[in-house]
Amino acid sequence: MKRRVVVTGLGALTPIGNEVVTFWNNLIAGKSGLGYITRFDATDYSTRIAAEVKDFDPLLYIDKKEVRRTDLFVQYAIAAAKMALQDAGIQIDDQNAERIGVYIGSGIGGLPTLESQHTVLMEKGPKRVSPFFIPMMIGNMASGLVSIHTGAKGPNSSSVTACASGTNSIGEAFRLIQHGDADVMVCGGTESTITPMAFAGFSSMGALSRNNDDPQRASRPFDKERDGFVMGEGSGVIILESLERAKARGARIYAEMIGYGMSADAFHLTSPAPDGNGAARSMLAAVSNAGLELTEVDYINAHGTSTPLNDLYETIAIKRAFGDHAYQLSVSSIKSMIGHLLGAAGGIEAITSVLALYHQILPPTTNLEHPDPECDLDYVPNEMRKASVRTAISNSFGFGGHNATIAFKVYEDV
Amino acid sequence: MATTLERVQKIISEKLDVAIEEVTLEASIREDLDADSLDVVDLIMDLEDEFGLSINEEAAEKIAIVQDIVSFVDAQKANT
Repeated sequence: MKRRVVVTGLGALTPIGNEVVTFWNNLIAGKSGLGYITRFDATDYSTRIAAEVKDFDPLLYIDKKEVRRTDLFVQYAIAAAKMALQDAGIQIDDQNAERIGVYIGSGIGGLPTLESQHTVLMEKGPKRVSPFFIPMMIGNMASGLVSIHTGAKGPNSSSVTACASGTNSIGEAFRLIQHGDADVMVCGGTESTITPMAFAGFSSMGALSRNNDDPQRASRPFDKERDGFVMGEGSGVIILESLERAKARGARIYAEMIGYGMSADAFHLTSPAPDGNGAARSMLAAVSNAGLELTEVDYINAHGTSTPLNDLYETIAIKRAFGDHAYQLSVSSIKSMIGHLLGAAGGIEAITSVLALYHQILPPTTNLEHPDPECDLDYVPNEMRKASVRTAISNSFGFGGHNATIAFKVYEDV
Repeated sequence: MATTLERVQKIISEKLDVAIEEVTLEASIREDLDADSLDVVDLIMDLEDEFGLSINEEAAEKIAIVQDIVSFVDAQKANT
């Protein structure tokens, strides 16, 4: 018998808010976190815009020495994890530590460190490469250091599935609680790659928006004039807990997590499959795992990257999976406001899906000004909407053809 | 001109995030100043750059307290 799993804590660091309440309020107000790149001189780059986290102070969460020994993606994860645990009211101690685990994914890892240390290698030689280079760079270190800084001694791992990393990490954590391996999981995604190499590489792929004249309107999922994604950064971490434990301690329950599904396109390095087959099967797997009828799904938090291909194929996939019901449910992409947080996207979007259920509000897809005849679903255009939403699913798709979907529903004490 | 000790204190204080006053001659790098093995390697790189000398692994292993660093640096300087 699988155990029931609920969401009892949320922590976020985003381009529109350095904690969850500010993030959510800005999100439903349709505020944009996009602007010009400040992290490096992007003058010579075809894309000069990003969605940066603003005014982050790592010293609120770790000491100065640890700041020097960690990359930003790890600092973001520690911040989000500590906020989420505090929000859940969970204190980790000798009695419970071994039943509390961590599963935080990153798509890329410590690219800023890799780049700066490579420069050291070229300019000063191998004897000056920092002993912290490897532990700062490796992508599993978010989960590793969150456990060190919180004392969580249970299952500890991370998914590396590009832009699906956050969603896969939450899905895997969900199963660990369902199957009894842990009672609490601190899970989600983190990313920080606003660096010269990342922009050079993603630009060469043609993946990034080049709307440098109007940053706040550059990310426009499902709009006819979309021309690529805008890179964001940050971290989204949720606390999953067995229902039994949450009830025993009288915890606030935001929502119930009910399903997880995944699939592979087996098609192309970076392009999603044109027939939407892989993405559709991921959604169907999550819906089936959740024990839902297709018609019970009210809201889809889309991957919705604002690239010409993703948004078209995701729309096709939703129709393929849901048939006529695709036109009854609502879909939105918050990447219109916070950009694409790569491996952190699934974490933030899980928080968004959970809060949509908790507050009965659907966040909008902003910048949807020119309808694309091929994208003809209800994308909650431009304004948030109060709605009766019982179940929500959240999609993430990663380069390599990874598709992952997680499902939540309003918690009912039955 | 700053003494060897003052220069060593400044580097250790910045690297290990400890107050200058804690970096006494008798302070143990690992125990009193809370450096792990990676901090020690990192610290040695900075000391090499600061004093323009090379600290080989054998010499590095002998460093336990702040006095060991000061003595090593002064001895190297006397030899040149």
